[in-house]
Amino acid sequence: MDMLQAILAHPWFTPLLLTALIIGLFPLVAGYIVLVERKVLADMQVRLGPMRVGPHGLLQPIADALKLLLKEDIIPEESDKALFWFAPVISTFTALSAFCVIPFASGVYVADVNVGLLVISAMSSVGILGIVLGGWASNSHYSLLGALRSAAQLVSYEVALALALLSGVMAAGTLSMAGIVRAQQERHIWFIFDNYGLMLIPFVVYVISAVAETNRAPFDLPEAESELVAGFHTEYSGFRWALYFLAEYANIFVVSAVAVTLFLGGWLRPFPNVSWLELPFNYGFPALLFLLIGLGSLRLARKLTWRPHAIGMTGVGLFMILLAGVVLIPPVNAVVSSPFWFLIKVGGFVYLMIWLRGTFPRFRYDQLMNIGWKIMIPVALGAILLNAIVGMLRIS
Amino acid sequence: MLDTIFFYVFALLTIGGAIATITRRSAMHSALSLIVSLLGVAGLYLLQKAEFLFAVQIVLYIGGIMVLFLFVIMLVNLDQAAKERQFNRQWLLGLVASVLVGAQMVWMLNSAGVLSLPAAVPAPAATGPGNIEALADLLFREYLLPFEVASLLLLVAIVGSVMMAKKTS
Amino acid sequence: MPEGYLPIFVFMVVALLFPVVAIVAAKLVRPSSPFATKLEAYECGIKAASSSRGRYTVRFYIVAILFVIFDVETIFLYPWAVRYQSLGWFGVAEVTVFLVILVVGYVWAYKKGALQWV
Repeated sequence: MDMLQAILAHPWFTPLLLTALIIGLFPLVAGYIVLVERKVLADMQVRLGPMRVGPHGLLQPIADALKLLLKEDIIPEESDKALFWFAPVISTFTALSAFCVIPFASGVYVADVNVGLLVISAMSSVGILGIVLGGWASNSHYSLLGALRSAAQLVSYEVALALALLSGVMAAGTLSMAGIVRAQQERHIWFIFDNYGLMLIPFVVYVISAVAETNRAPFDLPEAESELVAGFHTEYSGFRWALYFLAEYANIFVVSAVAVTLFLGGWLRPFPNVSWLELPFNYGFPALLFLLIGLGSLRLARKLTWRPHAIGMTGVGLFMILLAGVVLIPPVNAVVSSPFWFLIKVGGFVYLMIWLRGTFPRFRYDQLMNIGWKIMIPVALGAILLNAIVGMLRIS
Repeated sequence: MLDTIFFYVFALLTIGGAIATITRRSAMHSALSLIVSLLGVAGLYLLQKAEFLFAVQIVLYIGGIMVLFLFVIMLVNLDQAAKERQFNRQWLLGLVASVLVGAQMVWMLNSAGVLSLPAAVPAPAATGPGNIEALADLLFREYLLPFEVASLLLLVAIVGSVMMAKKTS
Repeated sequence: MPEGYLPIFVFMVVALLFPVVAIVAAKLVRPSSPFATKLEAYECGIKAASSSRGRYTVRFYIVAILFVIFDVETIFLYPWAVRYQSLGWFGVAEVTVFLVILVVGYVWAYKKGALQWV
């Protein structure tokens, strides 16, 4: 018992545990985000999406991962072999490294450094290199042009992204991610509502730039099949392609996590300082959510015809109802409610990005670049000045 | 102890990257070695507790200037240069000559007493405001004029680069 | 090394090893039967007419240069944003002067058509 206490209190325990969890679990999580995307897009297009592999397609990511692992590795003859090998590693490495400063709850992070936001910015800047090198190394016209276009797009929206984040940093007074959430807790307000709602402008600029920065629709022309086959990852197959894919979904998660931390209160529940709301928000909401998911799964299980699928779905439903019960136990709730709120908000953001993909047609490349340079940057600069002046008026 | 190990690792990255930059045949590999060297420099900044400079070095130098270099290397066909000989035939003689000149300079400086290094002192512990807060306090109070002049420099850079890159129409 | 960076380095080392180990380990389970046609670059079945190491438009270069300049400007603004409250109105005035000069440059580049992609 003593040794357990000593291990739990050791300062290296949380970082190492989180490192293992994030790098071990994130590929699985990315696979399930892909499944959610396919199902949500299918629902928006009035069809069903993956249904066969596991009940309602729940085992599809595992099948996909196995397939990608077992595919033959084709390295084109004319390519620069060392760079071809290394480019997806750079992309994955930088995308995963951004996770180390993201706070999942108070004290639950790999590291909380004084310049956390800039570390994330640095990682996304170096990620551009992974794309550029991948396109060059493949030695194919489609790849190179796709890589150049993709890099030019990322670079254009990165200025707007950094300027939008600047407004949030002004409100928080620190670049440390955990510090930003604590600032929101101290000021009793999520920064998106700060400055009498004027912080909404940088938030919108941030969302648009983030969608462009992760090469998602409607800004995904460099990857569009009708244009450039598959852009910079045309020549990549099997597991190397899976690494680029993993990097893209890791980027989506990181960008959502930054938006949640900076503008939406991080791990804080809504109205974090109103104490009588703790019961409904911390206890009631998660329990209700899991209960509804469980009951919905049980209802779906009744309609499945194939026996193993029906059994699997019933199992999922019962597990969710069990979770609803577990979350109501006070000591468990104290530990679990903060990461729960963080992950719910990030999930909402990811859903927003999927929703944008299912709704809008993609921009033409010149339209894309014009938006980035001619609209996003002036709006972000104007928002900075406006927020600076209004903020000063509010403080003094 | 750990700091010493990190110092040697980053110093090795910096110098090794620099040597690789000038000895590679392909311009792309050269640029990549330069990136490795800049990463070493960023690490050295971190060891001196200059966290802001560490992050800025990566964001600006590697994420901005090196991406610019890579664009230029890709936009200009450098196949011809890759096939040419990297160094001329007398490189061994040149290496010996520069080592001799270097040794001579070190001996001269040593006899003038300039070269004695003080004992190594680790960076002071960061008490009080961190690196970026201290930087902000200095930049916007004492060094205000250089800050505004920097904006003029950036303006000149914008005008210069657009003029040079536009077609003469 | 300032405290807090050591876990970051450990994380980065693990994050670097993960893709490398995964690709190398997958080599044991992958099939491998290369032949010449399979190894050509993708061009819908036709052989590529020219090497991809050709020349491309100069617009990419303008975008990259303008990015570097605006990124430097943004990085200059980060220390101000962190110390925003304690620098008060004086800081806001300084940064307004800084931004006005750069906005002049931005408007000039806009008028010159440097920000136009086509």
